[in-house]
Amino acid sequence: MAHRIEVGVKRNYRDAAGASIKRRLAEDLGIFVDDVRVVDVYTINAQLTSDELELVRKELFTDHILQDSVVDATLSQDFTFLVEVGFRPGVTDNVGKSAAEGIADTLGRKLATDEAVFTSKQYVFSGEITRDVCERIARDLLANELIQRWVVKSRDEMEIWAGKSLLGLPIVTERSEPTVHRIDLRVSDDELLRLSRERMWALDLAEMKAIQAYYAREEVQRERRALGLPLEPTDIEVEILAQTWSEHCKHKIFNADISYVDSDGTCYEIQSLFKTFVRRTTEDVSKRVNWLVSVFHDNAGIIRFTEDWNFAFKCETHNSPSALDPYGGAMTGIVGVNRDILGAGLGCKCIFNTDVFCFASPFYEGEIPPRLLHPRRVLRGVHQGVKDGGNQSGIPDVNGAIVFHDRFLGKPLVFCGTGGLIPKEVAGRPSHEKKAQPGDLIVMVGGRIGKDGIHGATFSSEELHEGSPATAVQIGDPITQKKMADFILEARDAGLFHSITDNGAGGLSSSVGEMARGSGGAEVHLEKAPLKYPGLAPWEIFLSEAQERMTLAVPPENEKSLQKLAQKHDVEMTVLGCFTDTGLLTCFYEGRPVGMLRMDFLHEGVPTMKLKAKWEPPKREEEVIPESEDLVHDLKRVLSSLNVCSKESFVRMYDHEVQGQSVLKQFQGVEHDGPGDAAVVRPLLDSNRGLAVACGICPKYSDLDTYAMMACAIDEAVRNLLCVGVQLGDIAGLDNFCWPDPIASEKNPDGEYKLAQLVRCCQALYDVCTAYDIPLISGKDSMKNDYRIGETKISIPPTVLFSAVGFIADLRHVISMDVKRPGDVIYLLGETRPEMGGSEYLALHGRLGTTVPHVDVSKTKPLYERLGFAISSGFVASCHDCSDGGLGVALVESAFAGGLGFDIDLSAVGVDSDTIALFSESAGRFVVTVPQERVAEFEETLKGTSFARLGEVIPEQRARIRRATGGCCEAELADLKRAWQQPLRW
Amino acid sequence: MTVRVLVLTGFGINCDYETAFAFSRAGAKAERVHLNDLINNPSFLTDYHVFSIPGGFSFGDDVASGKILANRLRYRLGDHLMNFVNEGKLIIGICNGFQVLVKMGLLPLLDGVMRQDTTLVWNDSGRFEDRWVRVRVNSDSPCVWLRGIEFMDLPVRHGEGKFLTRDDNVLRELQGRGMVALRYVRKDGSPARGNYPENPNGSLDDIAGICDPSGRIFGLMPHPEGHMLRTQHPTWTRVGLHDPDEEGIGLQVFRNAVNYCARTFE
Repeated sequence: MAHRIEVGVKRNYRDAAGASIKRRLAEDLGIFVDDVRVVDVYTINAQLTSDELELVRKELFTDHILQDSVVDATLSQDFTFLVEVGFRPGVTDNVGKSAAEGIADTLGRKLATDEAVFTSKQYVFSGEITRDVCERIARDLLANELIQRWVVKSRDEMEIWAGKSLLGLPIVTERSEPTVHRIDLRVSDDELLRLSRERMWALDLAEMKAIQAYYAREEVQRERRALGLPLEPTDIEVEILAQTWSEHCKHKIFNADISYVDSDGTCYEIQSLFKTFVRRTTEDVSKRVNWLVSVFHDNAGIIRFTEDWNFAFKCETHNSPSALDPYGGAMTGIVGVNRDILGAGLGCKCIFNTDVFCFASPFYEGEIPPRLLHPRRVLRGVHQGVKDGGNQSGIPDVNGAIVFHDRFLGKPLVFCGTGGLIPKEVAGRPSHEKKAQPGDLIVMVGGRIGKDGIHGATFSSEELHEGSPATAVQIGDPITQKKMADFILEARDAGLFHSITDNGAGGLSSSVGEMARGSGGAEVHLEKAPLKYPGLAPWEIFLSEAQERMTLAVPPENEKSLQKLAQKHDVEMTVLGCFTDTGLLTCFYEGRPVGMLRMDFLHEGVPTMKLKAKWEPPKREEEVIPESEDLVHDLKRVLSSLNVCSKESFVRMYDHEVQGQSVLKQFQGVEHDGPGDAAVVRPLLDSNRGLAVACGICPKYSDLDTYAMMACAIDEAVRNLLCVGVQLGDIAGLDNFCWPDPIASEKNPDGEYKLAQLVRCCQALYDVCTAYDIPLISGKDSMKNDYRIGETKISIPPTVLFSAVGFIADLRHVISMDVKRPGDVIYLLGETRPEMGGSEYLALHGRLGTTVPHVDVSKTKPLYERLGFAISSGFVASCHDCSDGGLGVALVESAFAGGLGFDIDLSAVGVDSDTIALFSESAGRFVVTVPQERVAEFEETLKGTSFARLGEVIPEQRARIRRATGGCCEAELADLKRAWQQPLRW
Repeated sequence: MTVRVLVLTGFGINCDYETAFAFSRAGAKAERVHLNDLINNPSFLTDYHVFSIPGGFSFGDDVASGKILANRLRYRLGDHLMNFVNEGKLIIGICNGFQVLVKMGLLPLLDGVMRQDTTLVWNDSGRFEDRWVRVRVNSDSPCVWLRGIEFMDLPVRHGEGKFLTRDDNVLRELQGRGMVALRYVRKDGSPARGNYPENPNGSLDDIAGICDPSGRIFGLMPHPEGHMLRTQHPTWTRVGLHDPDEEGIGLQVFRNAVNYCARTFE
């Protein structure tokens, strides 16, 4: 029978968790209560004697200094209502798992396999509050009904319920017999499409027909008869094809044949955007850089860091899961990309994370369409998921951004990146080469399989709609993964496996299917897979996206050693079959064949899409820029805008220093609160070589011109790296595309335009990266970021996150963004132009504008090269990127970070409007300070480029801005800093 | 002689690499040893002079930070660790390691018996934070780990670092016997007096770290290995750097232990 242990903070101590909830009730929901207490509830479903229960209550669950606890009784006495929140059946309960281990330690015996601990939380409210309000609090703040359930009880009701299970045990009771269904594809086209839709395969008609044709092939039928399979496909086969051919896995749009019609009517035929723009960039640049090791064919791009070490970098999106469950979705995003790195080459150690989020305003006051969550809740949940995932994994979060735009209401974007390090050689082999050999065992390690995330790969290629599955939601388990990561690195160094890849989207189907390309086939026995609960059909086992799992190709002679190592690390390891060279992927369940596919059809059989794109430039209106009547006032407002203001309170909650490699942190300067441009880490603590990490993202230009959006994002990432001391030629990039559906259809009438936007964006990617010698080492695309329910359609602005990493040859030359000394000379590098389209200044006036910043690489490149030289020569005291908000923002940030002030003259900027001088967001610009004694050398170095001497750093903490038009305005930096810090000080 | 340091790893400990590096830099032979290997062979311990529990999220901080690891060490290795202590050897717990030492009762070890007299609970802010603090060493403390140090700038990176004692008697005893080894202070060195963010978590008496009466067992919330190199400090770029290997003040903590062992176990 199940027992309940309730644990709460003693009355005379502060209940920090309760206080946080109370604060959020007030801030987020406008609900005020007298007091909130949080009670942890452990429901122990195990045969324990009352002595044993008492022992674990005392020794494990209760901190007797801080807490009170009771067994099978209720702890709370004085309250109005309480809400208890617990997980739904089948949802990962990490604390419950750890608690079971703790009980085993305390009792000296393990719990039986059918015994478990379930956790829930009680939120106990005092004060004026009604049942309805409690329901609302539960729904809008405490719980997510996709993964959790709750119950509200009054004080009186608890008289009866004391000590009883309020929610029932979250045990998966549904026990369907695992069966395999045949699917009849000899049907009409309409019927094929209906099947695809209803089964959530997300396959189009051409793809369904290709599958239909495959099964009609005589040799295929012969093979099937020989193995004893029906001639029509089985469910697992079509599921495997749907997953492997999903947009998420095959990037069909990026590989499509596109007819692109330009604004002047000229038509271009593009065969694969990927090959034409992405891969060609790297191919071209690879002639000029010598540090590429492995690009485009592994989980992540790998480049050379030192003679003996390589570096891998990858970024992923996890948008759809984060829309449904911000916390779980974002956490699985970050631990998922960690596994990509752990599975890159023969397994890299994760050394840093990056995170970039796009949301609608957290202060949004309009209606929230059905199935969407308020952006404030999405922000909090996503942030917390990434925070917990990264912190618990011991991987520092070193760089990121939060970007706001109204249309991210339809789908939030959650980009998670990870960098990793690997010795050039492991166990005597080049570490970037891996290949499963025929005869190698298919070994799954890590967590167990449940129905988690089934159809995730196809789901993430779909718009968010009413029937989006709850199973798409899952919660990560960082500690299980951490143990697995420790295990894998040790197994790697011992040379125990030939190949490795992670189980992400598509689960085993994806990892085994992918690795089997190395050997030429695979044979899987699905009944061997360890399950969280019984009743999964074979296809569900193969497709499940349950987290924290990797697949290894292990030579049979190493099985025992690997098993021993797995035991040491407390990691579950299972042999599921073997890799073969039969050219077939075959699946068995309890000895019976359940599926077989030819490897070549599986991987090469997907038909190439043929798409149309038509570019029409947005109509340009006469552009009149409203002159600022009060520069200081407008500067303050720009500093307070969501896209400019400080995100420090979010960053502080990430462990950004674990592993000890931090050299430049997100926040810099005297008070550690100035916004840095790029992070610098030293991955090898005894080496003087470093890596800088930065990003650029500019969706605000997309509605005007996606070419500019892409060019500006790359330029921003590059500038950020240059600011800390990286040189051109030492930079590698990652492109992560998030697009609204670019395939024209009845439901999506402007598909051709959105595809044209994509084409133009790719052109910019090629143009700018080749100019700056940036190879693209990895990338990803997410192509259906739309929301459509009923008549409401919200499509995100086309967005590319450009992540960049650069080498730092000598850490001693790293500089930060804070001004250093009074008297240092302030320069603006780069040209300022009346490019106010998409600017924060125009946004203050509720306008988008028309003229977007133009990246003129013929001018920026020479400037960047000389700046790189100036910094590495030690001429520069501080350097800060001029981006969102313009020159004024960059000056203010650098000055207050240094605890000093500035006196500048806008007439030096070279434009006749003070408004444009201060607020234009032209690309290619920096604010730099130079010590007096270095001025001559600095100016000599920069000769021939566009730079302007603006003024000086002053000891008083004031901003003094001399207008080009005459007169001068001043402000206290403390006021400006407050304006910048206030809006998101959460 | 070679001073040998055991750096515990496994189950979510995650500062093991840099902690081992810090001990190595300080001149020791530091080895990362998995908890399960140690449980299977507790006699391993006798080979070492220092036992260190690094920071991290052992068992995900589930139930309470450090609690499950504390119990496992107590039940499975308690006697061995007490022998280790009685041989005059050193133990350090950093961050999560401090939480473990406190919850298994190896600190403060007021009368030589393992018993939980103090605890570390949720920060007053209710959140995990990574920020740099200044700490001051209690010059009356017997702590061998802190000799020759007056102040340190160190990062704190925790959610549960608020130090509490069972009652006032315990606090008075800790204070009276110099066992309050480290306190949070303001930039100018004056007491933080509980004020955030100088005292980042609301700790009683601004306590950042304590030692046992012998001064050989030491636990602290800030990360000394997080400032073993000058490049780790948030404002090093304001001063510049000649030697990339230039030490940070945190390294002295590890060097003190190595020197102490070298002298004692010669």
